[in-house]
Amino acid sequence: MSRSDPNNSGDPGRRDDERRADVPGGDPLAPSETPDDSVLLTARGIRKSFGDNEVLRSIDLEVRRGEVVVLIGPSGSGKTTVLRSLNGLETPDAGTIDFEGGPSLDFAAPIAKASRFALRDRSAMVFQQHNLFPHMTVIENVIEGPVRVQRVPKPQAIAEASALLDRVGLADKRDAYPFELSGGQQQRVGIVRALALKPRLLLFDEPTSALDPELVGEVLQVIKELADEGWTMVVVTHELGFARQAADEVLFMDGGVVVERGAPAQIFTKPTEERTRRFLDRILRPLDEDGSDSPDST
Amino acid sequence: MADGWQLFLESFWPIVVGGLTGTIPLALASFAIGLVLALAVALMRLSKNRVVSGIARFYISVIRGTPLLVQLFVIFYGMPSIGIVLDPWPSAIIAFSLNVGGYAAEVIRAAILSVPKGQWEAGYTIGMSPGTALRRIILPQAARVSVPPLSNTFISLVKDTSLASLILVTELFRVAENIAAFSGQFMLIYLEAALIYWLFCLVLSSGQSMLEKRLDRYVAQ
Repeated sequence: MSRSDPNNSGDPGRRDDERRADVPGGDPLAPSETPDDSVLLTARGIRKSFGDNEVLRSIDLEVRRGEVVVLIGPSGSGKTTVLRSLNGLETPDAGTIDFEGGPSLDFAAPIAKASRFALRDRSAMVFQQHNLFPHMTVIENVIEGPVRVQRVPKPQAIAEASALLDRVGLADKRDAYPFELSGGQQQRVGIVRALALKPRLLLFDEPTSALDPELVGEVLQVIKELADEGWTMVVVTHELGFARQAADEVLFMDGGVVVERGAPAQIFTKPTEERTRRFLDRILRPLDEDGSDSPDST
Repeated sequence: MADGWQLFLESFWPIVVGGLTGTIPLALASFAIGLVLALAVALMRLSKNRVVSGIARFYISVIRGTPLLVQLFVIFYGMPSIGIVLDPWPSAIIAFSLNVGGYAAEVIRAAILSVPKGQWEAGYTIGMSPGTALRRIILPQAARVSVPPLSNTFISLVKDTSLASLILVTELFRVAENIAAFSGQFMLIYLEAALIYWLFCLVLSSGQSMLEKRLDRYVAQ
């Protein structure tokens, strides 16, 4: 139902070139000969309510290949819900998500399980609370997805996992249990677990918010390196310095809508929206309470 | 007094053999089947489908709300009147399995609920189906939590199997009863039977400790 696109043709807001990848007849899984900055993921009109609480009121999001999109905004603004929707952990009440060469979901109708799995096949999530499997060693955590789900032969999975662990400086921890690691190490394993799935899109949900301040840097460094290597990612974070350095596009969300979006230089230096300016003031000068309400008085 | 000691020694081994060939196999078989049943019932109870969870609720309620002895008698003495005649051993295993299924279901349900939701999500996000996530991620962690309460259930079961003597299963207590009736030394023999049950349970408790230690290896001490 959701794969065969009858709903989309009636949607005038969509551009034709984005739909070409889903044209029936082509092999949806074949690597397409698209240019490097082609659109990887398009979300349109995503809405979600929990009970009476409307968390997302029509969110549009476009992620290009190799692009780093950073979502910022006050807590409760819906950033995490956007991210979870992209990974199929939440099912939006309305809207569409199109993954290039993959599933095309219209949430107006009930979503088939298979389409939700297809969404997860293409993205991998790094959680705020790492969510490592405590009963498995580091290496077991990393190869669980490749071996159990993707049916990669175990020796190959172990070799790839070891190389990834080596890259983030955790080669000597491969046989440790998660509780034996520091918070920063745990989160780096969480990142490696996501990378091992070879996703097309990495999703980071406040990856450093649960860490002690002195451990934040080592995790951000890894994420920054991945961004520089050309991984496509959507990052929810409160680390504005990171956003400034690594982001191609910054989205400021508040109250379930995207208030403002643009290049980091524009958002951080001359935001056009009052709400964005106040949010940035609050984060950059947390103690200066007067300044946050009336920036002109300082 | 010397006679009493003599009888104690002579009857010790036969009663132990009764335990090893009756009590323990009966308890192990019933516990194994009961656990499988309990897992199924726990999952049904957690189901969002209200009919399914209602059935599980009803089953647990009946099992916990009626005496084990009555359940045993219904199966062994009652079922023949509707044409189902079962031997003592199958009757006992069915009754005890159903009983374990009811009690352990609640233990397993609580253990599954004790695993943080993020663990399910981490499983989903690496592409697992709910079934795979349950098997690979959730149950191994739930197992650790449920060992102490399930050990309780098992030790209770070992002692409850003495009820099977009433439907003619030859187990520890039935051997003891026969010796007591034959010798007339009721006090001595029944105390001896109690002692042997206790010894069995001591062994089981140490098994529990070993299992807990093994399952705790991934938890910060």
